[in-house]
Formats: sequence, structure tokens, C-alpha cells
Amino acid sequence: MSEVSLAQEFTKGLWKEIPPFRLVLGLCPTLAVTKAFETGFGMGLALTFVLVCSNILVSLGRKMIPAKVRVPCFIIIIATFVVIVELVMQAYTYPLFLKLGIFIPLIVVNCIVLGRAEAFASKQGIVASIADGLGMGIGFTLSLSVLGSIREIFGAGTWLGKAVFGASFQPFTFMVEAPGAFVCLGLMLGIMNLVGKK
Amino acid sequence: MRDIIRMIVVLAVLGALSGGGLAFVKKNTEAKIEYQQLKFVKGPAIQEIMEGCTNDPIVDRFKVQDGEVERSFYVGVFDGKANAVAYEAEGKGFGGVIGLMVGVNLETDELLGMGVTTHSETPGLGARAKDDPSFRAQFRGMSLTQPFKVKTDGGDVDAVSGATITSRGVCAGMSKSAEFYKKLKPQIIEKAAAFAN
Repeated sequence: MSEVSLAQEFTKGLWKEIPPFRLVLGLCPTLAVTKAFETGFGMGLALTFVLVCSNILVSLGRKMIPAKVRVPCFIIIIATFVVIVELVMQAYTYPLFLKLGIFIPLIVVNCIVLGRAEAFASKQGIVASIADGLGMGIGFTLSLSVLGSIREIFGAGTWLGKAVFGASFQPFTFMVEAPGAFVCLGLMLGIMNLVGKK
Repeated sequence: MRDIIRMIVVLAVLGALSGGGLAFVKKNTEAKIEYQQLKFVKGPAIQEIMEGCTNDPIVDRFKVQDGEVERSFYVGVFDGKANAVAYEAEGKGFGGVIGLMVGVNLETDELLGMGVTTHSETPGLGARAKDDPSFRAQFRGMSLTQPFKVKTDGGDVDAVSGATITSRGVCAGMSKSAEFYKKLKPQIIEKAAAFAN
């Protein structure tokens, strides 16, 4: 592993393969918890933690884990970190935990986490796996924050709970409802494709 | 054969490590989580009952064994004396169990107030037992020694209009809470005194 490719492993998650816009995985939380900036950002951080930690352990154990039971092993590792995140969130950010609700335990089955463990960490060294996990996690956090911001600003007229428009603004509530999530994500995917083509 | 044993060993070791790690995290966050849940679920009701107290009733809490069940009491300090406690009670309403928070003045046995914490009553009707401040306010100052009954049953509690069953459930819960309060009072006073400052 040379220094150059390490930087690449990190930055690919930020633009070239940014989830979920490029790497269209993990759409369940993407659609469900981006009603507001705060929930999108919180979800992103939780996922980043799980992703980095599980990447480290999967990479560490890649020579010991028998190929036939690798997926159960990955799931045990991932589930452990998800429960840790759940407990820590309950202990320190209880209101956020209430808002994210079922989507925290659902990180266990998030395709990004299992996908990175299977496709990357189980084949690469620890340092590269950390870089990969961090890059993907931060990319996911950025994406969810952007989506959450757009939906919150237009759908509720607020950002982080503070009003951004004057009193005359009529909230476009469609944006914070479920169909708004699909439309918003679709537009973002389209824009990303358009930009990427050049 | 060797393969199978290896798989079993790896999975077992991984499972054991995971279990151990989680037990460690759980143990270290348990107290914190309990505090947060109290603060955000029961906290608002406790705070309303204990308005004007000089301590944090959620921190200053103790437990008393009542037969099979363990009951939590939240201490309110007023004028440097721990002379009020809030505790939980239950009534049976129209849609299920109604969770109540009851605040009592330990010296006079008078109610400081009551609040509804959890319920599954009809929104707009029974749910007003929680949302309507005037229903809750009438309990303030009542004595725990008298039975709680709605006016239609010969008592002096104004039922929430359209929600007599809910109101009856609340009253029954209050009466029941008075029973165990009386039974446990010596222990409550003894333990609450430790929180005076």
C-alpha cells in the first residue's frame, strides 16, 4: 500500500463513489431519516462509526475468518457496533435517539456497511480499510446532511430548527413527506450524473 | 471435519467477544440511560409537580420495596427541607393503562399535583386528561386521605367532558396510590430525609 493509493481510498468515498448518490446503497435510511438536517447528520455519524469499526475488525480478522462463514462473522461484528451506538446514543443524545428510532438498529442490515466489509475490508490491510471506512462514512454523512437540509429548508422553512425565510413563507410540506424523499433523491442522483458526465 | 471445527470455533469466539463487549458498554451506560429516559419521558410531569424546588428530583430519587414491586420516589426539596415526593401510579382507562405521576407533601399528605405520563386514550377525548391543565390542576391541594371519585360517582373531581371512563381510571389510580403511600410512608420519610440540604 503506497501513500498515494491511501489518499485515493479515502477520497473515493467523498466524490467518485460517494454513497448513496454514486454507490446507490443504503437507501432505506437515506429516504427515511432525511426529514431534517439534524437527523440526517446524526444518522451519518452513527453509520460512520459502525463502518470504521467494523472495517477495522473485519480487516484484522480477514485471515482467520473461514470463507464459508464470513457473512455471519461480519454480521456479528457489525451488530455489536450498532448496539454500542444505540446504547451510547440513548445515554447522551436521547432526543436524537427517539427521532431516529428503528433506523439505528437497522444499520445492521445497511448494505453500505456489509458491502464495504465484503468488498473491501476482507481483502485489504487495516490502514486502507480505515481510510475506506472513513471516506465512505463521511461521504454518506455529507449526502444525508445535504438531503436533510434541502428537505428541511423547503419542506418546513427551517434549518436546525431555526426559520430561514420570512414569515410569509408557505412550507412546501410535500418535501418532508415520503414522496418528497424519492423526488429529492432522484433529482440529486440526476444532478450528480450530469456533473459527472463532463 | 477440520473446517467445520474451525468455523464453530471462530463463530463461538466472535460471539463471546461481542457478548462481553456489549455487556461492558451496557454496564457503563445503564445509569445514564435510565436518567435520560426519566428526564424525557417522566421529567416533564415531575418538573411540573415539583415547580419551585431547589434540587433535581430526577437525580434525587430512591426506591422502596412494596411487596413484590419496587417503587421509585422522586424527592423535591423546598426551603431546604425534603418535604415532597413524587411517585408513579397506574390507573386503568378506556384504552389501557394510564401512567400517573403523583406529587405529595410529606408533612400534610396534600397533593402537590398530578400528571399523566403514558396513556393510550382516545385523542381529543380521554387524551385531554394529559393535555388539559384544568383537569390536572383540580387535584392540587386535595388530601390523599380522602377517596378520589368523579362527581357523577359522588366525589368531587370534575371529569374530563366526554371521557368519564378515563377520569374514573385516573381517580381509581390515585386512590390506589394513596393506599400504598400510606403503607410505605414511614420508609419514604426516612429515605427522603437523606436528601435534605
